[in-house]
Amino acid sequence: MARAVSTRRKIFFTALAWIVALLLFFPILWTILTSFKTEQEAIASPPMIIPSWTLDNYFEVQARSDYFRHFLNSVWISVGSTLIALLFAIPAAWAMAFTPTPKTKDVLMWMLSTKMMPAVGVLVPMYLIFRDTGLLDTVWGLTMILTLINLPIVIWMLYTYFREIPVDILEAARMDGAILWKELVYVLVPMAVPGIASTLLLNIILAWNEAFWTINLTASKAAPLTAFISSFSSPQGLFWAKLSAASTLAIAPILVLGWLSQKQLVRGLTFGAVK
Amino acid sequence: MATRESRTIARIMMAPSVIVLLIWMIVPLALTLWFSFQNYNLLNPVVTFAGWLNYQFFLTDPAFAQSIVNTLLLVGGVLLITVVGGIFLALLLDQPIWGQGIVRILVISPFFIMPPVAALIWKNMLMHPGYGIFARIAEAFGQQPIDWFAQVPLFSIILIVAWQWLPFATLILLTALQSLSEEQKEAAEMDGANAVRRFIYIILPHLARAITVVILIQTIFLLAIFAEVLVTTNGGPGYNSTNLAFLVYRTALLSFDVGGASAGGVIAVILANIVAIFLMRAVGRNLDA
Repeated sequence: MARAVSTRRKIFFTALAWIVALLLFFPILWTILTSFKTEQEAIASPPMIIPSWTLDNYFEVQARSDYFRHFLNSVWISVGSTLIALLFAIPAAWAMAFTPTPKTKDVLMWMLSTKMMPAVGVLVPMYLIFRDTGLLDTVWGLTMILTLINLPIVIWMLYTYFREIPVDILEAARMDGAILWKELVYVLVPMAVPGIASTLLLNIILAWNEAFWTINLTASKAAPLTAFISSFSSPQGLFWAKLSAASTLAIAPILVLGWLSQKQLVRGLTFGAVK
Repeated sequence: MATRESRTIARIMMAPSVIVLLIWMIVPLALTLWFSFQNYNLLNPVVTFAGWLNYQFFLTDPAFAQSIVNTLLLVGGVLLITVVGGIFLALLLDQPIWGQGIVRILVISPFFIMPPVAALIWKNMLMHPGYGIFARIAEAFGQQPIDWFAQVPLFSIILIVAWQWLPFATLILLTALQSLSEEQKEAAEMDGANAVRRFIYIILPHLARAITVVILIQTIFLLAIFAEVLVTTNGGPGYNSTNLAFLVYRTALLSFDVGGASAGGVIAVILANIVAIFLMRAVGRNLDA
């Protein structure tokens, strides 16, 4: 590193970067602040920056609409669909990474192509199937759909991770006389866990924020937060602070997960095309 | 290493995933195709064969032409903002600055906001013509506030979606930027290339691949934008902010026209496939490397 960075230059770029970053983050920050305001404060002119830190909005949202049930629906659907997808994907990705055949690439590309199908293309039949089988507005139905739409991404992500596990290490273990299940438990599993963990994290984020099927296939009982928050689109009376409280709770857990998984994000979302 | 036995095991391990994806891909799509040739309305129990009528009606509906234009404007507008903004932000974040980790976290955060929340935050707290922050800023400068969703509905949605996707573009371009070797940059500097020339002849070509990936992946998602339209404008005023995805939804679940909506769905699938072919090539090429 021969380039000496002048302090003045660094101050300039730091200031610029912070201004841009804060502008981009502002809508989120403002929502969080507004959630602690009274409804009058939320629409005050000039805008109030520091709220009175009331928690009433949170209690009221819960009391009026059983918020926690929708929150739990989101948790069930996103975590459930991710775990089921992993159950299907781990063996498949494992087989493709460690026993590649000339056809492996075609299979992977085909799986990815199922992800390209736009949801509206199959909205009508899925809606009718759900209606006729009683899956409409059920957590199970949505979990199934989200498992299917995210399965290709899960397989791809796992595949790119598994492919990086050196096969030599297996041979070394075999030389030492390890038998198959020991190979698996002591050598491969510890190396595969980080990849599985980041896949799990990214997929929970994607499933939590999915807002096409969750809105169209639920009414109220099984509605996760995406569908619940959408019902705020036609407001009655003062509601900004309450909307903000509902929104803050809906985005907070996933923001934290997102920050934790930011390193894996690029790789996961580009199917390994950019690392 | 791959013996016949291990290949059999590999096939068994892959089978469940392949089978469920096969069913998921074929059954609903076949049904959509089938419905698209039927006169089928949920309010009318009689279903008859329609031939190409559904396609004829859907394609000649003025709303269809508008929805295609809107879809293209939406995808194009968001791509323009996110790619240009993303390059700028990636270059900025690549500089040595204080608090880089926190800046990075702030910048990528919008990506994790679920679409209905993002849209409602913008609709109510920023773009509201009476109480929104933008209106307050306009008033402070003595200007008439813009009624965003009435005057420029599609542009407003473009802004919201661009805000959500800018972090994605930034993050991917930043990752690509950081793989550019220091030596290469230094060599160019020694040769007396100024910042602009370095950007055009070294950085931009290096980013070309990442930009392609950003454009293709975003296009897949942007073609399907739905929740943002639903909670802000509901496609209006008129059809001014209705995109293809929203039009299909409207035909299916609001007009109960299964046949017409299916025809629209088939058209959406065809459009997405054209993009998909390009994306698969880009990703597939990397698989060999």
